Amino acid sequence: MRNAFAAIMTELADQDPRIVLLSGDIGNRLFNTYKAKFPSRFYNCGVAEANMTSLAAGLAMSGLKPVTYTIASFNTIRCLEQIKIDLCYHDLPVVVVGTGAGLSYARLGATHHSLEDIAQMRTLPGMTVLCPGDAQEVRAALRAAIGYGHPCYVRLGKKGEPVFHSSEPELVIGRAIVLQQGEEVALLSAGNVLPVAVEAGKRLAAEGVSTLVASFHTIKPLDEELLAGLFGRFRVVATLEEHSRLGGFGSAVGEWLLGRPRSTTCFEILATPDCYPHEAGGQSYLREAYGLTTEAVCQRIRQALSGEPSPPPMTQGHQPKEPKKR
Amino acid sequence: MVNPQADPGVEHETMKRMVRTIRGAVVKMSHRSRSPHLGSCLSCIDILVAAYWSALRIDPAKPADPGRERLILSKGHAAMALYATLAHRGFFPLSWLDTYAEDGDRLAEHPGPGCAPGVEAATGSLGHGLGIGIGMALAGRIQERWYRVFVVLSDGECNEGSTWEGAMFAAAHGLENLVVIVDDNKWQATGRSREVLALDPLAAKWEAFGWSSVELDGHSLADLREALRQTPHGTGKPVVIIANTVKGKGVSFMEDDNNWHYRIPTSEEVRRAHEELGLR
Repeated sequence: MRNAFAAIMTELADQDPRIVLLSGDIGNRLFNTYKAKFPSRFYNCGVAEANMTSLAAGLAMSGLKPVTYTIASFNTIRCLEQIKIDLCYHDLPVVVVGTGAGLSYARLGATHHSLEDIAQMRTLPGMTVLCPGDAQEVRAALRAAIGYGHPCYVRLGKKGEPVFHSSEPELVIGRAIVLQQGEEVALLSAGNVLPVAVEAGKRLAAEGVSTLVASFHTIKPLDEELLAGLFGRFRVVATLEEHSRLGGFGSAVGEWLLGRPRSTTCFEILATPDCYPHEAGGQSYLREAYGLTTEAVCQRIRQALSGEPSPPPMTQGHQPKEPKKR
Repeated sequence: MVNPQADPGVEHETMKRMVRTIRGAVVKMSHRSRSPHLGSCLSCIDILVAAYWSALRIDPAKPADPGRERLILSKGHAAMALYATLAHRGFFPLSWLDTYAEDGDRLAEHPGPGCAPGVEAATGSLGHGLGIGIGMALAGRIQERWYRVFVVLSDGECNEGSTWEGAMFAAAHGLENLVVIVDDNKWQATGRSREVLALDPLAAKWEAFGWSSVELDGHSLADLREALRQTPHGTGKPVVIIANTVKGKGVSFMEDDNNWHYRIPTSEEVRRAHEELGLR
């Protein structure tokens, strides 16, 4: 996804002289082509995300189209208030790009996990939240975000993820892309967990479970039209995300669902638990621990189809703690 | 409307009168709307008048002109001072000040985005204005337009880490079209700003961050006018003007009394303030 981001930025900057790329001291060689072509429209803003975000606002107020880029957690929660006030309150055309989102940088530890960014970004009025599922969707998401004219957050994984689209898909903000049709189970995936959803969809289909797989590249605004066609008609609808089950994609669908007539559809949120890992471990290790592997997803769906209730979500320490004695 | 290129003597008298008028307007606005931050407004009025009447290349009839010079009041809690300044400078009708902060009005206790012509940015949470100003100054360079960007900070605002993030960026990129004016009234909300955090030596801190600094009496219109006109300094560095000011300046019983960070004047106090300012 990272390389696709650098390539599409170079293409778009070639077409639009208003585009300015701001980096928070990452992407050392990633932007070499961009920097060589547009030296006056690239700034390494240093390890200073608050200033990078306010500065982007000032550029946008002056008619430019800035894109800020750094590690997802640092580019969202670190500078949350700058995004809230300088970008969203002013409704400015600034694209905030977070790389290494979810558990992409799992090995670097919880300081580098970004499992709250969707929740934080989607509470901001006027913010659009995009979570492309593969490199082609990254290209399309950047194109759409830069052309949108309002604040957008684009959430990226790392590099080398599987690609599912043979070419850049047509991406309409707020309209999910259905990758596999089905009638019984719907796997709705947000962002870099798409390979898990696609594999699970194939496996379930092979087992005779008619499974729809969709890439919800936009979490805000939600594709309510697609959702409305699933609940009441499908037996199981499951959301998948490499993000906390609190406030993320699943929460967004759940909030939407509260305003709908009750249906018999079983709704499952497959997300990361409300806890920090305190041990070392890579992305696969933590996906395994958190039930976000292809087999764990399939197993959860099989259980839901057989009417078994969902297991209680894992929390910090798995249960309420004793208050600490002072 | 006063021509900024007018005779300096006439200009100086006009500015002095304007300072008193705006001080009186602000005291009245605070009383009528029961809005706090009066002391913080009174300390920066000479700065605003010097900027809007003698420095900024602006046309109030064209507040969105891409080539205009910009001023961001980063200490957004002094919004009453900004509104009164902009109204008197002709950006919008004086009558707008009469409904300030009323329910449903355009002018709130902190400036909202585009709330009135001449308001460049929504401020109120401290530590945002400098970054925005840097973006505007950098945009001028990218778009090959020459204009200066002035950002008015409070001394308390120099507590914010984002202020120093911005200071380092501006120096690294030699943004000499950027001018920070610190309204150094020596108080922040609940205490002496030198006691709350180690602010001193303030000018030397900015110098150490790569800025060219000037320290002056922030209530001397002549000194402010000269200092603003002398920017940029031709050193390739952004400029900081440390303006030594008095919180509550212009009203004897408010001067250097931090109760007026939040206190609302009574009608008797408004009368006395106006009398001292020579207003009726």
